Parts: sequence; C-alpha cells; structure tokens
Amino acid sequence: MKSTLDHAALAEEFNKDEERVDWHDGALWWIRQKRDRSAHQTPQWEELREAASAIKSNVISNLHDYLIQFEENLKKNGVKVYWASDAEEHNQIVYSILKAKEIKQMVKSKSMLTEECHLNEFLEERGIEVINSDLGEYIQQIDNEPPSHIVLPCIHKRKEEIGELFHEHLGTEKGLSDPTLLTRVARKHLRNVFLTRRAALTGVNFAVAETGEYVVCTNEGNADMGAHLSEVQIASMGLEKIIPERKHLGVFLRLLARSAIGQPITIYSSHYKKPRPGQEMHLILVDKGRSNLLARPDFRESLKCIKCGGCMNTCPVYRKSGGLSYHNTISGPIGAILAPNLDMKQHADLPFASTLCGSCSNVCPVKIPIHDQLYKWRQEIVKQGYSASRKTFSMKAMALTLSSPEIYKTAGKTGRWLLNNAPFAINNKFNPWYKQRDMPDSSQQSFGEWYAKNGSKK
Amino acid sequence: MSTRENILAAVKKNQPALSALPDISVFKVHEEDVVKKYSDVFAGIGGLLVSAGSLENVKDLIRKDFDQNKRILTTLPDLTDVAELSDPDADPHTLEDVELAIIEAHLGVAENGAVWLTEDVMGHRVLPYITQHLAVIVREESIVSTMHDAYSKIASEDYGFGGFIGGPSKTADIEQALVLGAHGPLSMTVYLIK
Repeated sequence: MKSTLDHAALAEEFNKDEERVDWHDGALWWIRQKRDRSAHQTPQWEELREAASAIKSNVISNLHDYLIQFEENLKKNGVKVYWASDAEEHNQIVYSILKAKEIKQMVKSKSMLTEECHLNEFLEERGIEVINSDLGEYIQQIDNEPPSHIVLPCIHKRKEEIGELFHEHLGTEKGLSDPTLLTRVARKHLRNVFLTRRAALTGVNFAVAETGEYVVCTNEGNADMGAHLSEVQIASMGLEKIIPERKHLGVFLRLLARSAIGQPITIYSSHYKKPRPGQEMHLILVDKGRSNLLARPDFRESLKCIKCGGCMNTCPVYRKSGGLSYHNTISGPIGAILAPNLDMKQHADLPFASTLCGSCSNVCPVKIPIHDQLYKWRQEIVKQGYSASRKTFSMKAMALTLSSPEIYKTAGKTGRWLLNNAPFAINNKFNPWYKQRDMPDSSQQSFGEWYAKNGSKK
Repeated sequence: MSTRENILAAVKKNQPALSALPDISVFKVHEEDVVKKYSDVFAGIGGLLVSAGSLENVKDLIRKDFDQNKRILTTLPDLTDVAELSDPDADPHTLEDVELAIIEAHLGVAENGAVWLTEDVMGHRVLPYITQHLAVIVREESIVSTMHDAYSKIASEDYGFGGFIGGPSKTADIEQALVLGAHGPLSMTVYLIK
C-alpha cells in the first residue's frame, strides 16, 4: 500500500474533485469549531494546556524511572510485560502470544501504533485474521485503505461510497447509504465478532506509572466489548504514553475529547488494571524510534502528543489535501513532525506540506510547537540533502535574487511585464502557483518605482 | 543486552534534565449547583436524565419505561422486584441478550456527565457495554464538579477494572452524522436519587 508519490502529487489527485475537497474542508472545520466552543466553556482551559504540557515535560525527562515503575506495577497486577524495539519485534510478540493459545482470530480496537507496525498484514501472512472494530477503521479495512485521520479514520469518504462497501462486504441492499442504518448493520456484524473472538488487542491512551493501570478511550465501546469478552487481552503502547500518577488523568481526560471533537469526555474512559479471573493480560512497550527522538532536543516535544487530531482538523493544508496524501499512518501536522524522525528521506516532503500558519500549535492540548518543528525539520532535511531538487533550485534562485538589488529589480520588472503582456508565459501548467488558481493582474510599477516618484511629496 | 535493557539504556542516555511536575491543585471550579449542572450536561450529550428521588420510584419507572418481557439485569439486591440479580459466576458471553442493565455509580461528574463505575458495581466488566440499554443510579450527593474532584475521591482505591461512562455509545464515523448506539448501549438513563 506504500505510495511512491509525494504529498503534493497525492494532494493534486485529491484536489481533482473540487466538490469533495470543499465538503472535506467544511466537515473538519465544523469539528474545529466544536472544539473551540467546548474549550471556551471550560474554565482555566489555557492553564490546563500548560499543566498537561508540563506533566509531559516531566515524563520525557524522567521516562527511564517511570518505565521501570510502570513495569513493576504491571507485574504486581498480574499483567505480562514485553519490550519491543521495532515493528518486527512487536509483531512477533503478538504472534507468539496468539500462537501459544492456538488463536486464529483476533479483534482489535483503534491503535495507530499497530497500524504503523502493519500488524494486521503480518498476522494475516501467518494465518491469523484480524478485524478492526472501530467503525471508521473497519470501513477502511474492508476498503483496503489505511486510516486518513487518527480520530476519524474515514473522514474522506462519502456515505454512498461506504454504502457501496457494505453492499459488497456485508450484503446490504444496493444504494443504502443512511448513516444510522449502516451503523446498525455494522453493530450486528461486529457484535458477533466480539462474542466469538478469544483474543482482543487495544491501544493505550494513558499508562499510569504509579498504579500500573492503563486507560483506553473510545466513543463506540468497541475496546471494552473486545477486551471483556476475550480470554487473552493484549495492549500495545509507545513508550511516551506514560503519565506519572492517577490524578494526572484528570488533566488529560479533560483535554482529550474536547480538543478532538468538542465533546466534554469520551463516552468510555476505561481503566484496565488486572486481568479477570481466567483471563490473561499482556502489555507490549514499543520503542520504534521514541528513544531516538528523545535525543533530538529540537524535536523531542513531539513525544507529548496525546493523539487528539486537533492539529489536523484546523490545518488548512490537511483539510484541503486529505489524510491519505501524507502517505504515513499519522497524517497532518503532527504526522509531518513525527514521520521524519523515523525515516527522514522517505518523509522529506511532509514538513513542507504546511503554510506554517501556526494554527496547529494554537490548538494543541499539550502545547507542542508544531509549526516551529515543521520549520526546523525543513532545515534539517535540506541540510541532509533530502529536499526535492526543484525546491532546492528555486530556493537558490530566490536567494540570489534577494541578495542583489540589481537582479531583484530586473526580476520584478520582468515578472510584471510578463503578467501584463504575455500572461501565457506564467499561466501555464509549468507554474505550480497557477494550479487551481488564476494569477492576479500585475501593477505597472514596483513599490520602489512608485516611492521614487511619490515618496518625497508632502 | 536484551531489548528491555537496550531501550532503557537509550532512554536514560537521551532523556533531558529533570523537569518538575506542575501543581494541579490550582484547578478548582466552584459550581453553585452541581446537580443541575450534571443534569444539563448529561442531557446535552444524549443521555436521559430522570430525577427519581428514591429507589422505590426507580422501580416504577423501570416498569413503565422498559419491556418486562425482555431480560433486565441488576447488581442491586433492592431492585430484584423489577430485575434479575446478576450472577457473578456466569460466563460473560451469556449477557449477550441483556436488554437493560441497572447499576449504581460511585459518583457522577458535573462537567461532563460521566459516571464512575468499578467492576464490583458492574457485576461483570462487560455488562455496562454489552447491554442494549444502560440505566445508572446516581446519588445526588455523590456528584462532583470536575474530573480533578473525581480523582480526589477515587484516590488510591484498588480495582481490577474501572471506567467512566459518559452517555450512550456513539459514532460519527459515517460523514460526521451522529448515531447513538455504536457497539455499546443504544441509550443511557441516569436515575438521580437523594
């Protein structure tokens, strides 16, 4: 499913359907507005963001000890603990747990980490079927597409397309596209899945070092249906999900759903601590680049992310290019600063998929300076020689133009003359600025020329 | 070195100098009327709120609002006139046909409408999730203002599983259209009692 096209090329594909782009843009902006209303109704909202950011700074600075404390408490609670340095190791661990119990089918709730690890494909190659139970992720799975948004996995799809998928995979009537009816069909189908699967895997939103419990947040109740009906419960988490004490959950649970979708709290905030009698609980701590990110002072704050998706909903580039254009499990502004840490060359285009307007940083509940990091990644990528050659060339041309007053004047004059006398030289497909927009009319003179004439007049 | 030791060594080497935890006791919201606030917020998130007054009244309401021919389960011995008492030894898969589950919450949270339940009041961990409809008894004096207050009350209590539940299960995954009843309950009723 890996794409070889970059963000700009994929966004261009998405932009061909203007009506869809407008609808996508509007749907996400509506969620951003709900977030604003919810935030404004919450007293001490800015102080809460400060506190959340400070708690996460403490976590990052003391992660070693918290991990050891968390592990000790997990063991005390009867949970089996594993460590994985990369996707391969993580997937092998899940496979070995299932194999030991001769389990061939597993149900999984939302977990971006296992998406990143391509766990489903790994297990399927070994004869184990995995069903994603979050409705949006289920829809993406039957369409053989990755999620396009971390909170709203199929936000880019129209209901008619989902109706078509259900017709094909669940045998619904052709043309059925009513969201309530489609949800009922999925409910019935997935209920049977929950009742028949012996193993359930969940992600982790928050892991409390002090108690060894972990919290999983959903609106649908799918994590709980899977976990409480399973005999083997597995949780996969990145190292950065740790928080120090139970009382800190108060801060994060107040921020998470409000920032994500403008809801006061997720419907379900489940605190898993010990296995039920007769049940096994396993937890896998995954590094996958986290410890490496800790060593980058400019970028380590991105480890604070609580995966609310707020930065995506507000980003003008995300809203108009769609999550799949980012060719990375985590898309949008946060994906664009996390991905280069894992593979700078492969994701060299992502930090450039931004206007650096700063809206992402302004809504981030843990105050990650996302747009600053995007800017810093650009510098890093150019320094390492991974930036697109066309961009490097035009930047060099720009630097030359701006460093010489004579070239600057001549270039300005030429540009204005062309726009006025030979617009076809600029309004053509070789000019990326001409795509999806008309070039403006140009003035007859530059500011410099105007000032020389008028500047001295009183 | 094992993977565990490798990861821990890398984390120790790369983590920055210690940064102090903030004081979160500053988050105080004084709510004039927490019961009213709770009621408004809960109704706003798609819950059904009934000021029942007493457990006796809850029984009448259950008889009136729910089909007695369907399976109604409770963990409250006082409600066995209207519901079957949950059997802690039953296989959780046998709860598949439960139409209504009636549970008492430890506390309610005014700012978001959620209730806090632990497995000892749930009877079975899966019960409040698998039931078609959920009814929760909330004592008015147990309602707190914010999540901070909720965690002060929960403090260091031990449990195997606990959860906040803030309304009927929901999804908006299909074109952002809100649908109540995703995988969990189709409705959630809170009966407030004194």
